[in-house]
Amino acid sequence: MSVIGTVPFPEHRGAPSLELVGFSKRFGALAALDDVSVKVNAGAFHALLGENGAGKSTLVKCAMGYYAADQGQILLNGREVEIAHPKQAHELGLGMVYQHFTLVPNMTVLENFVLSRGKLPPVIDWASERRVLADYFSTTPFTVPLDTPVADLAAGQKQKAEILRQLYLKRTLLILDEPTSVLTPDEADEVLSTLKKLTRDGAVTIITITHKFREVNAFCDTVTVLRRGKLVDTRPTADLDNDMMAEMMVGRRDNRVVVEREARPPGKAVLRIEGLSVADHVGQLAVEELALEVRAGEIVGVAGVSGNGQRELVETLAGQRDAQAGRMLVHGEPYTATRPEMIRHKIACLPEEPLRNACVADMSVAENMALRSFDQPPASPDGMRLRRLPMRDMARRLIEAYRVKTPGPDAPIKALSGGNVQRAVLARELSSEGDLLIVANPCFGLDFAAAAEIRTRIVQARNRGAAILLVSEDLDEVLQLSDRIVVMFDGRLALQTDAAQADVGAIGRAMAGH
Amino acid sequence: MSDGELGIWGVPLAMLAGAIRVSTPFLFVSIGECLTERSGRINLGLEGTLVMGAMSAYGVALGTDSPWLGVLVAAGVGLLLGALHAAICQLPRVNDIATGIGLMLFATGLAFFLGKPFIQPKAPNLGAIDLGWWSDIPQVRQALQVNYLFILGVVLAFALAWALRNTRWGLIVRLAGESVDAALAIGASVGRVRLIATSIGGAFAGVGGAFLSLYYPGSWNEGLSSGQGLMAVALVIFARWDPIRCLWASLLFGAAGAISPALQSIGVTQGYYLFSAAPYVLTLALMIATCSPARSLRGAPGELGAVK
Repeated sequence: MSVIGTVPFPEHRGAPSLELVGFSKRFGALAALDDVSVKVNAGAFHALLGENGAGKSTLVKCAMGYYAADQGQILLNGREVEIAHPKQAHELGLGMVYQHFTLVPNMTVLENFVLSRGKLPPVIDWASERRVLADYFSTTPFTVPLDTPVADLAAGQKQKAEILRQLYLKRTLLILDEPTSVLTPDEADEVLSTLKKLTRDGAVTIITITHKFREVNAFCDTVTVLRRGKLVDTRPTADLDNDMMAEMMVGRRDNRVVVEREARPPGKAVLRIEGLSVADHVGQLAVEELALEVRAGEIVGVAGVSGNGQRELVETLAGQRDAQAGRMLVHGEPYTATRPEMIRHKIACLPEEPLRNACVADMSVAENMALRSFDQPPASPDGMRLRRLPMRDMARRLIEAYRVKTPGPDAPIKALSGGNVQRAVLARELSSEGDLLIVANPCFGLDFAAAAEIRTRIVQARNRGAAILLVSEDLDEVLQLSDRIVVMFDGRLALQTDAAQADVGAIGRAMAGH
Repeated sequence: MSDGELGIWGVPLAMLAGAIRVSTPFLFVSIGECLTERSGRINLGLEGTLVMGAMSAYGVALGTDSPWLGVLVAAGVGLLLGALHAAICQLPRVNDIATGIGLMLFATGLAFFLGKPFIQPKAPNLGAIDLGWWSDIPQVRQALQVNYLFILGVVLAFALAWALRNTRWGLIVRLAGESVDAALAIGASVGRVRLIATSIGGAFAGVGGAFLSLYYPGSWNEGLSSGQGLMAVALVIFARWDPIRCLWASLLFGAAGAISPALQSIGVTQGYYLFSAAPYVLTLALMIATCSPARSLRGAPGELGAVK
């Protein structure tokens, strides 16, 4: 390989082409990438599609120099380059925008931009820096306020700032890793259409990792599909429809989750929330005067972009956060999320990030599965002593029934993969045949098969008459599972509708606050 | 009034004078800790650094007859203790808090051990500027005797606030405290930045110690600090990691500490010990008021272990 640095790379204005040839990367026994080659044309808007673990992230991280590939060559504008470190990638004009934000929250946009430029004078002349950046922003398709701390920006603005920073640093090839997962559909469209325009003008080349077919269809010229570390194909988007893309992605056609549900009228109200207000971690109201009812045998889906109070609502219901005002009733009795109340009313809860919110990471799978029942017979005959044998028996039963992949009931739960932690917690929560199930983002980060299985379990619980509150940032999931859909925006319910008559356009608008 | 009797007005005046006097060590320790914490490191050992600084400054002033040389040596001792803390914390799987407490006990013990010979003798004191020359009232003149170190501390607080905002070095310190990834991305060495910030923070605390033994109370004994270094660390949280607010918070703590002697000066002797506890009560009240399980602190550096 030629070494960049000894030969200065000719300055290239405008969008470059990028070719990745024969990339392979192993992590231990796992082949994350197996001889993958992708050609991205100059000025293309190129989608990288695949399930979790397909190798999309590994591929772009190899290209950016975060990982050293076992094999593979990078051709930039047809010329071989070596990228062993992200710095080299940056010097060549390659930049990456992540799903999570990388701007420093306690600094202003201006400070972030100036710092990321790297070369700073000993004393910074803020007046002139502000002028330069304001001038620059007047040429960009969108702007963000310069003197606001990044922490105070809305998610959409943060993502715009991340992209602007890449453009400001003169990156001409942007790799976006699920850039729109934190945005409303409208915000996503705005950001993506601007980027689309930049590619049309020949200013940048864009590779985007995504799982949203809608965005692929609307914005991308070409799509490369990976499956289990192997290249499936690279095709122009125009030649493909959603079914074909899905087939390429999962390799079989029965990928859509078909959830059988019994037609049944909902029963009596199990959970009633009246005028609930909850403050977030900085003391601002995240949930405002929310009223909601969940009846037996129905799934109420709460849709919405993350950060609109869903997390605080679930934490209040789970007893992790106190309400400022309002009340919650379960079976008509006041409910304050104490353990005795949860046991009496048979309430189960699968919060998001279960390893953090519903598990003790260092305890074993069996102990974690017993967290709801360890002080009751048979695990404890008198509420004082613990008996390991019944706990382990129960864990074995649940591990088998829910197909939790674990070395055994005594393995620490943190050693399990995300999907299996999710299954283990779901097993614990559903094993008590609860009357009320509170579920938040149950399939986040899971692959198709695991997600389908967990969704089926949730519908089964509904079919046997449990009341289910499903809070999810995945609109498709809400649409598939719910009997009734509400949309949360800015701490309030923006829309309530029966799932049968749901108008996706209206839901999308409500999610964006229109 | 001509006879110098100010009556009840003596209390606020004495509190102002006391605030300036008592706040000086708080000020030095808190801006030192502020710098350290903005770089993402917490140093609870500054109580020990304060005591070591007090002892070494007193010893040097006694030996050389130069109090300013004492201040310099105290700063040097603080620098070394800060560097030691930073170096230990940089080892893998080492906890800032535990190391800080360990070093606090170590430095306090070392100071008591080495400081035994200095308990009796009298070392020369640091001077003060007479800002009350315009007044005829002796109490006013006395109250406006402002020590040099306080003025230096005020200048340092403003200088640090400016440097954190306007210099490359300040931005990199903040970046190291907010996000290790972002700091590495621009090629800064987080370990080196924290080593420097923690060392300078230690030097500040050492100077604070020199003030204790060389100005007020102006002698060396083992009960000299009585936890002021720890209170100053709490004060940084109250000041939301801002050097200028550290100055105001120090003055507030100083005034609280001066309540008791001020009242005594006008003849209120009842509850002397109760009022002496005011700074400690204030610390406790502030910690309760600012710490909540439901809210995280705004302005807290993102990489700071204690608030993660």
